[in-house]
Amino acid sequence: MAPNENSATELTALVVDDDRQLRMIHQRMLNKVGVKNQAVENGKEAVQIHCSGQGFDLILMDKEMPLMNGIEATKELRSMGICSTIVGVSSHTKEKQIQEFMEAGLDDYLVKPLNLAKLRSILDKIM
Amino acid sequence: MEVGQMQRQWLDYTRSLFIEGFLDGQFLQLEQLQDDNNPDFVVEVVSLFFQDSHKLLNDLTIALDQKSVDFKKIDAHVHQLKGSSSSIGAQRVKNCCIAFRNFCEEQNTDACLKCLHQVKQECCLVKNKLETLFRLEQQIMAAGGSIPMMELSF
Repeated sequence: MAPNENSATELTALVVDDDRQLRMIHQRMLNKVGVKNQAVENGKEAVQIHCSGQGFDLILMDKEMPLMNGIEATKELRSMGICSTIVGVSSHTKEKQIQEFMEAGLDDYLVKPLNLAKLRSILDKIM
Repeated sequence: MEVGQMQRQWLDYTRSLFIEGFLDGQFLQLEQLQDDNNPDFVVEVVSLFFQDSHKLLNDLTIALDQKSVDFKKIDAHVHQLKGSSSSIGAQRVKNCCIAFRNFCEEQNTDACLKCLHQVKQECCLVKNKLETLFRLEQQIMAAGGSIPMMELSF
């Protein structure tokens, strides 16, 4: 069973999204289910935070971002040996686009908008 | 007006927003994320949406005014607006964006301009509706009442 805000867990997450509104919503959702989290604005910052030595159980990765998009960032993280659960989060629904993102090294893909039920289904798999 | 009456007015008004398609279930998700520790979460997120969408709509207006229209750039902006509008449950704005993207794909400038006009209208409408909703909530709280739980059972 996924945790809730009243019972904080050991799980950590990184939100990677260039949209500040979405970062706010996704971080609040993670807080609600008791997952400590941080947020960055693009794939390059996601790679940098891992280079600095930080690690996360879950990475919520947007696809379209400036500087380094979600596909590039996922490939880079996997080539660095990052084994975190990386879940692509995008509003793309075309099979070809989703497949391209999955092939970059995702563990799963969620169509925006994210909601608590979708998030809990991902956390159930990790825990 | 007494608190019970205000609460009924809030419920009726909120229901109307869902029935008329201004909002969808995602808005209720935002309300679930609001609590005593984050009492203004919905207002804050919605405010961010209208700030960012205002800029996106300006960028779209400029982009569609160019002699040589960059449909890829326009599609990227509309894609972003579609994502952010769907994340706050602004259903009619989201649906306008879906149609807009189809016309971007066809590279139909006139149709895109009509879509832009529609998106602007829908953003304006939902902004007014939400401002009214938040004003009703403030009145209830000021009168010592609480906001009723909203369920999508209609």
